[in-house]
Amino acid sequence: MNFLNDVIYGAANGVIYAAFALALVLIWRSTRIVNFSQGGMLMFTTFIGWELVQRHGVNYWVGLAVAIIAGLLLGAIVERLLVRPVENGPPLNAVIVTLGLLLVLQAVAGMIWGNGLSSYAPRFSLNYYHVGHRVILFSPDYLFIVIAVLVVLVALFVLFQLSPLGLRMRASAFNPEVARLLGVRVGRMLTLGWALAAGVGALAGVLIAGTAPNYMNPNGFDELLILGFTAAVIGGLDSPVGAVVGGVIVGVALQVLDDYVSNDIDPFFIFALLLVILMIRPNGIFARRTVRRV
Amino acid sequence: MSGLAAMGRRWLRLPTLVRHLVVALVGLGVLLAISEALSEYRNTQLAEIAYTVCAVAGLTLLTGLSGQISLGNGAFMFVGAYTVALLLKHHPFGGITGYQSNWWLVPVLILAVLVAAAVGGLVGVAAARLRGPYLAGITLALAIGLPSLPKYQHLQSQLGGHAGIPISAPAPPGSIDYFRWQAWICLIAMVITLFLLANLASSRVGRAFKAVRDDEISASLAGLPVARIQILAFVVSAAAAGLAGGLFGLISLDAGPDSFPLSLSLGLLAAAVFGGLGSLPGAVYGAILITLLPQWATDLSHQVSLSSKIVNNLPLLVYGAALMLAMLAVPFGLQGLLRRGWHQVRDWRRRDGLAPG
Repeated sequence: MNFLNDVIYGAANGVIYAAFALALVLIWRSTRIVNFSQGGMLMFTTFIGWELVQRHGVNYWVGLAVAIIAGLLLGAIVERLLVRPVENGPPLNAVIVTLGLLLVLQAVAGMIWGNGLSSYAPRFSLNYYHVGHRVILFSPDYLFIVIAVLVVLVALFVLFQLSPLGLRMRASAFNPEVARLLGVRVGRMLTLGWALAAGVGALAGVLIAGTAPNYMNPNGFDELLILGFTAAVIGGLDSPVGAVVGGVIVGVALQVLDDYVSNDIDPFFIFALLLVILMIRPNGIFARRTVRRV
Repeated sequence: MSGLAAMGRRWLRLPTLVRHLVVALVGLGVLLAISEALSEYRNTQLAEIAYTVCAVAGLTLLTGLSGQISLGNGAFMFVGAYTVALLLKHHPFGGITGYQSNWWLVPVLILAVLVAAAVGGLVGVAAARLRGPYLAGITLALAIGLPSLPKYQHLQSQLGGHAGIPISAPAPPGSIDYFRWQAWICLIAMVITLFLLANLASSRVGRAFKAVRDDEISASLAGLPVARIQILAFVVSAAAAGLAGGLFGLISLDAGPDSFPLSLSLGLLAAAVFGGLGSLPGAVYGAILITLLPQWATDLSHQVSLSSKIVNNLPLLVYGAALMLAMLAVPFGLQGLLRRGWHQVRDWRRRDGLAPG
């Protein structure tokens, strides 16, 4: 029963990591860049939602919508202004630019909202469900989280696989030159890809901020960044479904370690987990083997 | 003019080792003289700059020469600082109340370097299999993960938990001022580090680093053991960071889990990138910049009365902006700009017939 609860609680948290990983995967697929500023971007948009909801008494849903719209805009702006110039350069340059953006966003958030801890109240109750006398480590808020992420996943699937726009986006990612010859506005598709990813990230930010008191802090999302990265790596960075599976695996593994070893050193466990995964398969567990280009 | 040029040519004909040794000794003499002239407070800053230079120099060698990015060198500083703290805590003569001879610092710091190098070797083994964003990700996880280890419940009694471990300050010999002595320790360590790294960079090993960075497959076709070279680069950079961490512990008088945040590791990267990746002089400018920045921010706040929220985050903003600007506008860093400027001047002079071609 204890173990079952670990699995349930871990998987529910893993769904949030999955949403974060999904944001990384969307950007990786379109531009072959790992967006290390994702943690900073969703921190910033979550603070915007928090400002509205907690400080100005705005409705939770309005706060969530504003955060997601802010994410969409931020993603588009970042792609246009910062990523475009380094997109075709060495991968190191893009990594450094996104890290720079991470620091800038953390600094600006600290300047506006301070470096203290504050809470973002969840929309639904965090009280656990009971089955008979047994406690199940699952709450209405987590039910909402799971549904929200599933809806996003289905929406992305429909967009990418069933709509003409999604086809154009996939074509731009798959072969930009040919897509351009066929009349696809590749640059616009890349911007849209970044916007969508940042929007998904913004959702993940608001969702996780509600799961624990005192979550809101400019550095509070650092751990989520490596959790999401680990989840995305398990999925091979390329596959949205892999990212979701990866997120759940990471969530459950972390919860089991917390329960059976210690809950003091989550960041160390994440590091160890990522290390083990990368040592087994340096390109992720679900990735197809690729040959490096000479 | 021609006398100067002749001297320059003779200087360049000297063996590299001799040239580096002369520069190191002259540099050390100048730095100690500067330290003599500075106030207590400025000496503390000098010490901070000196150990930051060690860490940035190691990182710039790793990322600039061997082409491997590390977002986690703060974690190696963590290892160095905790090694020093643990060794001094169990010191046979003084314990944590102070110790008799400064010579003890030498083996203690060497051990800090060795332990950090060993950890760097372990990370390097993993790193040698990873490329680009994967390497960045694992070192990012290292930077966040490793410094949380003292919080582990079963290690709290040894590693001091959240509070960390206090470190006793080395008592200066004779009548030397306490702060000046700290600066001297760090400056000597810095000059030794730069001397060793400069020789390494211009040696066969340094060339192997560059060969691996520029084209791994050609390098391995040329018979270079690529993985071993990449691991060696990680070991060297971790060793330099370990020394920096040990010195950091001696200056700040404790080793704590919260002294090595992600922003420290990224700050080191910002310094290396800002100075110009792969350039040791660049590492010095970069280290000076990131050490003095928080101070300038505070000074600025006294003049224009900014809120503490803004002042505390100003250095972070500059690190981030420096990283982005360096990549978008000044790809070769400060040292690259200087070098380009120097070449420009030389070309002008050649064209005007001022210098012999």
